[in-house]
Amino acid sequence: MGAVNLSDVVKRFGDFTAVHRMSLEIPEGSFLTLLGPSGCGKTTTLRMIAGLLDPSEGDIDINGRRVNDLPIHKRNLGLVFQNYALFPHKTVAENVAFGLRYRNVSRADIARRVQEALELVRLPHLASRYPAALSGGQQQRIALARAVVIEPDVLLLDEPLSALDANLREEMRVELKNIQKRIGVTSVFVTHDQSEALAMSDQVVVMSEGRIEQVGAPQEVYNTPASEFVARFLGAANILPAEARGIEGETMVLDVPGLPRLGIPRSRAPRLAGAGAARLVIRAEKLALTPVDAPADDRVSVPAMVEAVDYQGQSARYFLRIGEGENTHQVQAINMIDERPFAEGEAVSVRVRPRDCAALPLGTANGGGGSAA
Amino acid sequence: MGWNLIRLYAVLVYLFMFLPVAVVVLLSFNASQFGAFPMTGFSMRWFVALWENDAVMRAFRTSLLLGLLCALISTTLGILASLALVRYRIPGRNLITTVLIAPILVPEVVLAVSLLLFLNFIGIGKSFLMLLAGHVIFTLPFVILVVQARLVGIRRDVEEAALSLGASPRQTFFSVTLPLLMPAVAAGALFAFTISFDNITGTLFWKPGGVETVPTQIFAMLRHSISPEINALGTVMIVLTVGLPLLGASLARWLSMKRGV
Ligand SMILES: Nc1ncnc2c1ncn2[C@@H]1O[C@H](COP(=O)(O)OP(=O)(O)OP(=O)(O)O)[C@@H](O)[C@H]1O
Ligand SMILES: [Mg+2]
Repeated sequence: MGAVNLSDVVKRFGDFTAVHRMSLEIPEGSFLTLLGPSGCGKTTTLRMIAGLLDPSEGDIDINGRRVNDLPIHKRNLGLVFQNYALFPHKTVAENVAFGLRYRNVSRADIARRVQEALELVRLPHLASRYPAALSGGQQQRIALARAVVIEPDVLLLDEPLSALDANLREEMRVELKNIQKRIGVTSVFVTHDQSEALAMSDQVVVMSEGRIEQVGAPQEVYNTPASEFVARFLGAANILPAEARGIEGETMVLDVPGLPRLGIPRSRAPRLAGAGAARLVIRAEKLALTPVDAPADDRVSVPAMVEAVDYQGQSARYFLRIGEGENTHQVQAINMIDERPFAEGEAVSVRVRPRDCAALPLGTANGGGGSAA
Repeated sequence: MGWNLIRLYAVLVYLFMFLPVAVVVLLSFNASQFGAFPMTGFSMRWFVALWENDAVMRAFRTSLLLGLLCALISTTLGILASLALVRYRIPGRNLITTVLIAPILVPEVVLAVSLLLFLNFIGIGKSFLMLLAGHVIFTLPFVILVVQARLVGIRRDVEEAALSLGASPRQTFFSVTLPLLMPAVAAGALFAFTISFDNITGTLFWKPGGVETVPTQIFAMLRHSISPEINALGTVMIVLTVGLPLLGASLARWLSMKRGV
């Protein structure tokens, strides 16, 4: 039983269904991320948990209590918004103290807890400033302090880092995660940024068009995507048409047209029961380019032709043509640059470890349920 | 050359607009019996005369009471209407907005006459309350326009943050929405007060017998003679209707500067 439970939650706006029958268990103290492209229903889901939207169907429980009919101000939640939403007419200290004023906390305790919260976000010296006199990063930290000072049952964060510039965003995401770990509050984080999701979460929920595509630990969704959508959404992935030939011991044997037969560990194809049409998924960083004459190693190697190079400084993204005859495929590889990048038109050999590949059954419209452990 | 012409033209326009006002103010300090140039000396006698004129003071008190009540009622109604129109999805929102704003667009005389006829029709005679109601109808659109404009700019997520922190919708309104709305509320109240204080057309139609406001009093006095007292009264009105909003505006600016927003 999680701290937050969604069971068969549906949200419709008129004829449009923004969230389709979603069930989700969010364990106490965990950090769960709703990840998906714009418009997939992340905010809608979060706002239903917050009580800012009523679900059309289904139940939402917080700490074992059904909260569908509980208005937001009685849910004891911390809410952090993309645009900080600090009260512009109140000082930083007054902002942080706001929630405590509605909680029978004595004056002295309010002062102490505000101070502690400001120390938690490392901004105790700004207590008497007004929000307009703070930078974006500072404002977001104050918003976080304001949300956690009330010791909420659940912390809900809707793209809290999106309004910050890139460097600050990475710094803040480490800090945010640290604070969450320190106070151990169950957190639901919404983002469309996959690196944020992978870096911060205990569980990632990948969503698409109002449905859960996959729920799992960051490594799990990254390494063994449950669907083509997940594979494509998380990082740069090559997805090749394949034919599963069957299982031999602990190996799943696959044929990709125009390429040599490939055996991958069964654990990398958990959704593939046996023979049948499939998809082979290889992450762009797992494909390594080597000179054609490099000595053989434990990796599978196929000849390839560099079609385009996208130079990125310390790494390069290569667009390669592999395969033979009619059956050629364009794949991309992201490699660190050693001495010099490979050149356009160069013949290379491209290598991959079988355990870095994953396979999916073809055309599994991977909709509906899914639940975090 | 061209620029100088434009400058000259601008100066002339300003002179045309403000010279009469300046003349009134200047002549109100004239010591002479006659409200005309040349001035014979500086004197406050016309202001003293005003102070001692019972009819004028009565009109002044009526105008003040009317203006204050009108500001209070218009502002309260205006805030409620704006909240309903901006924050809630109510059916016929556009129609309601148009109807509320319409008194600005309808010629004042038409509105004055129709309200009079309507109230006669349903059998309510002229009274101070009716006069007040008329003024509220006139001033409400201004209040709604300013308050609505400000309310649109108050982000919903600030209110949602307050709710999430445990404030009930009512507490959220009083601790977040209203304070943020305050500059517009103050501006709306000032508008309402000055418009009501200035109003003559509607007032002439609606006022019960024997009741005069400052503008109708001036109007009545002008029918007898052009006394320099009128200049003094005009000066007082200018100070009130121009000075008050200026004061309010600088107060609002000072408040917001303190917060740095
Ligand atoms: N009040 C509403 N009325 C009608 N449709 C809505 C409403 N709110 C959201 N939607 C629709 O529901 C879908 C999901 O919206 P939602 O805001 O949850 O997306 P999101 O995943 O948070 O996207 P983003 O990353 O852009 O914030 C969208 O297609 C949106 O147009
Ligand atoms: Mg969103």
